[in-house]
Amino acid sequence: MLLTTKLKQTLLALGTAAALGLSSLTIAADDTIKVGVLHSLSGTMAISETTLKDTLLMLIDEQNKKGGVLGKKLEAVVVDPASNWPLFAEKARDLIEKDKVAATFGCWTSVSRKSVLPVFEEKNSLLFYPVQYEGEESSKNVFYTGAAPNQQAIPAVDYLMNDLEVKRWVLAGTDYVYPRTTNKILEAYLKAKGVDEKDIMINYTPFGHSDWQSIVADIKKFGSDGKKTAVVSTINGDANVPFYKELGNQGISAEDIPVVAFSVGEEELSGIDTKPLVGHLAAWNYFMSVENDANKDFIAKWKTFTKNDKRVTNDPMEAHVIGFNMWIKAVEKAGTTETDKVADAMIGLEVPNLTGGTAKMLPNHHLTKPVLIGEIQENGQFEVVSKTPEVAGDAWSDFLPDSKNIVADWTGKETDGKPCGNYNTETKKCSGQNF
Amino acid sequence: MMKRLMILVVLSWLCFQSVQAEDVLIEVLPLLQTNTVQTKQQAIETLAKSTDANRAQYLQVLMNGELYLHSNGTLAIVKDSQVLDPKTNQVLTLPSSEFKKITTTNNLRSQIRKALEQLNLTDANPTVRLQAATNLLNTITPDIAASWQQLLTTETNPTVKNALQLGIDLAALNAPEKSARLQAIQLLSGNLAPEVRKRLQVLTTDSDAEIAQASQRSLKTINDKIELYSYGETLFFGVSLGSILVLAAIGLAITFGVMGVINMAHGELIMLGAYTTYFIQQLMPSFIDYSLILAIPAAFIVSGLMGVLIERTVIRHLYGRPLETLLATFGISLILQQLVRTVVSPQNVPVSNPSWMSGSLEINSVLSLTYNRLYIIVFCLIVFAVLFMVLKKTNLGLQVRAVSQNRAMARAMGVRSARVDALTFGLGSGIAGVAGVALSQITNVGPNLGQSYIIDSFMVVVFGGVGNLWGTLVAGLSLGVVNKVLEPWAGAVLAKILVLVFIILFIQKRPRGLFPQKGRAAGD
Repeated sequence: MLLTTKLKQTLLALGTAAALGLSSLTIAADDTIKVGVLHSLSGTMAISETTLKDTLLMLIDEQNKKGGVLGKKLEAVVVDPASNWPLFAEKARDLIEKDKVAATFGCWTSVSRKSVLPVFEEKNSLLFYPVQYEGEESSKNVFYTGAAPNQQAIPAVDYLMNDLEVKRWVLAGTDYVYPRTTNKILEAYLKAKGVDEKDIMINYTPFGHSDWQSIVADIKKFGSDGKKTAVVSTINGDANVPFYKELGNQGISAEDIPVVAFSVGEEELSGIDTKPLVGHLAAWNYFMSVENDANKDFIAKWKTFTKNDKRVTNDPMEAHVIGFNMWIKAVEKAGTTETDKVADAMIGLEVPNLTGGTAKMLPNHHLTKPVLIGEIQENGQFEVVSKTPEVAGDAWSDFLPDSKNIVADWTGKETDGKPCGNYNTETKKCSGQNF
Repeated sequence: MMKRLMILVVLSWLCFQSVQAEDVLIEVLPLLQTNTVQTKQQAIETLAKSTDANRAQYLQVLMNGELYLHSNGTLAIVKDSQVLDPKTNQVLTLPSSEFKKITTTNNLRSQIRKALEQLNLTDANPTVRLQAATNLLNTITPDIAASWQQLLTTETNPTVKNALQLGIDLAALNAPEKSARLQAIQLLSGNLAPEVRKRLQVLTTDSDAEIAQASQRSLKTINDKIELYSYGETLFFGVSLGSILVLAAIGLAITFGVMGVINMAHGELIMLGAYTTYFIQQLMPSFIDYSLILAIPAAFIVSGLMGVLIERTVIRHLYGRPLETLLATFGISLILQQLVRTVVSPQNVPVSNPSWMSGSLEINSVLSLTYNRLYIIVFCLIVFAVLFMVLKKTNLGLQVRAVSQNRAMARAMGVRSARVDALTFGLGSGIAGVAGVALSQITNVGPNLGQSYIIDSFMVVVFGGVGNLWGTLVAGLSLGVVNKVLEPWAGAVLAKILVLVFIILFIQKRPRGLFPQKGRAAGD
């Protein structure tokens, strides 16, 4: 794995040099703009993150074919933080200090993002984070190209409530920060919508949980009360497979109790027996099955790049596509790769997304994104059953008492003229903290 | 009078319409071609209302997702990459790749199901009729109940009769006459169907005090019954979790319990067994139902041979040095994991459930036992019994016990102790492989599979008493039950912690476990 990465890097460098027609490699290196790629290529997260590294290599390759940016070629610097959270911070420091990258694309889990955050702020460098997350953060140095809770969880609940007329709710999650925060937001939201306390069941399980019998039996009992019941699942990783299997075995079909998941996408479905999952739902901002020319193009390019006709595309990949295209636009607009100028240029930029709309960068460093609800099909793809117009990402949830008065605005318009990521509208103070 | 006449006219016109539309497929084709949820809904409605003899079959293929549409407007059933004409079932010459599937959503599927079940009520097969009646219970209205009353007169099967009667009773709960309602409440007392509970629950707050009281009484009888069954369910869950613990630990009970080798690679031997199942399924994709039967001996051989290899190359040089054995076998476990990552894939591999292991055995509407768990409990007991017989009744078993109790004496009696060591370790490892076959059916098969079971396995063996097979069985089952009893009120995370705390305290009091070995064999 490491070998192939290095090989690709060398090849890329060679290709860049050849394209510029320069005889010496060292000169070539000086004349490129470096882009950091900070994704785990080994360890537990490698399954998901390797795909994102390949996506970036493809995007950079493509941009170089178009002539690079500001007359210079782009050069990818790929490092492997090995699913090890402290190592993420070290590798990020190396990228900024040693390799002098202009911007970094990376991280998957929230804990890895929290680990690199101080490094990017201290060194004043840019990070593009492509995964849906729990919100409650807005940093001057980070652009969040994945969904905030109001762009995934809340619209999914709205769909269940309005279209499927769900009255009882099971919030099931793996026991760590993203599910806990998301469920806290959802619980507050449901209560605000008039759902009774006893119609909400919250359940947490350890990572990799495989014995779902009693939990599924509880859900079954909870759902046999006559009111339509749904499960909102923030269950992570491979614990999902035995969960859906147990649902099937205990005779609960998607028609009786639908499960809407926030962490099950095309990539996760590609390696498993999808029979027990058919009909259950997932909420994302992108599905591979969305039909339009931009998406068709992207899928074709991806399959050619990976030389694999069976490779699938997914939501975080689209986030990287949007983030990368925006960064290119911002660099061209600013005429430089200097962090502050690029960050200023980013806000307000619009680029087309892959589902036929446009993504706009907001002053709180989040994007506008459409929310799509899809039903899982037997072939591991999704049938879109609902699509909203673009929703503006909210960094600080309005449904948590601690954050409802907090706004983020890096232009300073809503925060008394001073750019701030954590501004309390009541006390009129900027705490500057990211939690 | 006028109104009736109007209805008659409309009805006859409708009949005429449906007689005209003999081939309903032509009628729904434009709707399916538009391909939105609304038009599909209309198409299903049209299908359900038509008099076409094949309408049930069309609905069924649409529900199964086997109905495909060609861009030139040809509808076809695509099944096992064969393209069939939906009407005549003849093979069409168009290639299946040019067809697009007509997809359905949950709402559409439940609409189809309802339509199908209405049709199925008059099916020739009584099980189909029963299924249809039970599924229609939750949407029953007085109108439908009236038509059921009619069906009841011609129905011959007693179970289907009961289901129909239940439906009629349910509808009577909303009858205008109070006496009919009270009678229905009485009749439904103790009935476990979820629909009964729902409707009675609503009636408990009825404005009429008598009805409210009567339904409360009926509901209480039902709830008492449900509680009783839920104890049974918890016990089943506990035994099933316990049987998995026993399966995972039983191989270790041989290598660690009898031979005293701390084998950290035990989990990886289980993993090898699970991967063997995967490869067997890859080899015979059309015989998934029989794959497990073949996988059991195959996994035993693969893991067993690996065990013999480990014993011959590493462990035999380390007898009597537990710390070094621990480190060496830990190293082996890492090597085996990485081997699988490099050779197969770092991702989990899909192992399918044979059809006979899917679904559940329904005792009544509140208690159902899932087949995969049931089979695993039975399988665990069989493995235990076989292993027990091998140790107690065979020559090998005698030699194993002799060597583990007194190596020097056994050698003096002519037992080739080195060979017995290798075979014992192979036996324990082989059993671990067999456990892997069972685990592949309920959990993810991936390089980390072994790691999640190694701690549990040691826990069970130590808790049961090292060197005692019965101890392993009792310990595994009781830990499973305790875990499942705690889970509902403590949550999955806390239940696991509580069990671990309990074991720590227990080992403090009784360091030799539940069934300590007695006499000279206890040694040290």
